[in-house]
Amino acid sequence: MSESIIQIQHLTKTFGDGETAVHALEDINLDIRQGEIFGIIGLSGAGKSTLVRCMNLLERPTSGTVIVDGQQLSWMEKQADNKDEKVVFISERELRLVRRSITMIFQSFNLLMQRTVLKNVCFPMELSGVTAAKAKKRALELLEIVGLRDKAGAYPAQLSGGQKQRVAIARALATDPKVLLCDEATSALDPTTTASILALLKDLNQKLGVTVVVITHQMSVIEEICSRVAILDGGVIAEQGKVEDIFSNPSTDAARRLVYPGGASVAQYPAGTRAVRVAFNGGTAYQPLIASLAIDCGVKVNILGADTRDIDGKAFGTMLLGLPDDPNEAAKALAYIRAQHNVSAEEVEYHG
Amino acid sequence: MAEFITTFWAEYGSILLTGIRDTFIMVGISTLFAYLLGLPLGVALILTQPHGIRPNHLLYRLLDWIVNVGRSLPFIILMIAIMPLTKLIVGTKIGVKGAIVPLVVSATPFIARMVETALSEVDAGVIEAAQSMGASTFQIVWKVYLPEAKPSLVLGGAISIVTILAYTAMAGTVGAGGLGDIAIQYGHNRGILSVLWVTVIFLIILVQAIQLLFNWAARSIDKRLDQSAKGHKAFDLLARFAHTK
Ligand SMILES: Nc1ncnc2c1ncn2[C@@H]1O[C@H](COP(=O)(O)OP(=O)(O)OP(=O)(O)O)[C@@H](O)[C@H]1O
Ligand SMILES: [Mg+2]
Repeated sequence: MSESIIQIQHLTKTFGDGETAVHALEDINLDIRQGEIFGIIGLSGAGKSTLVRCMNLLERPTSGTVIVDGQQLSWMEKQADNKDEKVVFISERELRLVRRSITMIFQSFNLLMQRTVLKNVCFPMELSGVTAAKAKKRALELLEIVGLRDKAGAYPAQLSGGQKQRVAIARALATDPKVLLCDEATSALDPTTTASILALLKDLNQKLGVTVVVITHQMSVIEEICSRVAILDGGVIAEQGKVEDIFSNPSTDAARRLVYPGGASVAQYPAGTRAVRVAFNGGTAYQPLIASLAIDCGVKVNILGADTRDIDGKAFGTMLLGLPDDPNEAAKALAYIRAQHNVSAEEVEYHG
Repeated sequence: MAEFITTFWAEYGSILLTGIRDTFIMVGISTLFAYLLGLPLGVALILTQPHGIRPNHLLYRLLDWIVNVGRSLPFIILMIAIMPLTKLIVGTKIGVKGAIVPLVVSATPFIARMVETALSEVDAGVIEAAQSMGASTFQIVWKVYLPEAKPSLVLGGAISIVTILAYTAMAGTVGAGGLGDIAIQYGHNRGILSVLWVTVIFLIILVQAIQLLFNWAARSIDKRLDQSAKGHKAFDLLARFAHTK
């Protein structure tokens, strides 16, 4: 097990006070490790953005400890006059330095529209006082890495969404951060572009060793790149752990709602039903799969739930299939599904 | 016709040229000083507003109130009301010099609002991105707010100049000099309509030229390249400030 890079302890965030207070986060505990890709998933309003923004103090926690790379950004301190603890923050000055090592990309890219691509990537280096010549050299290297070296002179308005996000990624890497926070970084993109951005993030994670924190409401994003995941539900962490563990064995309602597509509820199926979660990542459409499963293997499966989209004849999303009771047939079906291109399958257990 | 022009020019040419020069001086100097004061004031409004990056309720309310009061006083009344102050600062209440103080006092809140409006169009997400990279407040103003709002600021500049030009004409009627003064003295008091019409035509051309120049400048520096949206932006801003006092 590698070292922690982000530790969050007993973090709460409340917006407003009194009658109208919104408890966006309650007693959050997280331990994100150096070099991993950590996912945070939840439905809209679950508090994902608030949580990730607490990691760089864009949002100030109401209470709790945030430690990034060994440095405390917020912590609890006993007050001299009474026994109550109060949250204390790192100074503005120190925070600005920390923010160079924990950068962020956004759903809406947030590029400077009046600057060229190159100047956008230079921006964080300008802020930290890197000389213009050095900044330019580094910016060009980064643009090379994200595959946009030839767009250096273009303005953001001339780029597609995917290209804009690549520029934003290059910009976020300019200060050699240890952590890259991604708040719904692919939510504004089509599935093909999403896949390429996710591949880039994975690549950067492997090559540069940068820890990536991915916020999303899409299960497919988690499946695609994350090693561990926390499920956020109504401001609390319902479950966290390895992606494959949670996917194959979701133990809370919140997890099941996300894992079983189409909101399939456990109660609908008898305990002990064998099922398989199939994730489509842009391969063949799902109907032919079900049909050919019947024809090629002679195995009939039930679609228990599906949340797939067809884009240009390619399928994206997930589907829950009920497997036959016969273990041999089930194994055959599973093997057949796994052999498909761009399809991954995991067996799922029910706990009624 | 040619003869008329020659005699007209011989008689009123130098007066008109002096008037134009005085108008340019008044507009130029007051615009400069009004921006020196109004730009920081507009920036302060943006920073201290409730959702700004340096929210400060009290300061915001105070600045907002000052700007509102300044905006609600008609120029001509303000000019008369602050005459003692004018005398104190520039030593005279009349002439080109005497007009500059009330022009600056009146245009500053106007420009502050214009700057505030232009800066408020900068996407909050971009500001947040800069914050997430560790930008200081000064860096955010200098490297994000002002450059990103440049096209709108330029458009606002045209509106400010035209407004100040209108004020100078009013100031002219109470002895400030410039084209307004000429229009009153020759056109109105002595009934020399030709002089009046020349000033009218000159002012129309001047205002049109300023608008065209600034619109063109704003368009050509704007890298958002969204032609349709750009037209609307310019129109919106104009519409918001079209009514001068
Ligand atoms: N500045 C704020 N003031 C008041 N309430 C807020 C504020 N920001 C967020 N909230 C509330 O906190 C809760 C969590 O919001 P948050 O934006 O973190 O959700 P999210 O999981 O990111 O949702 P989405 O997927 O829609 O982005 C919501 O109920 C939201 O209304
Ligand atoms: Mg969000």
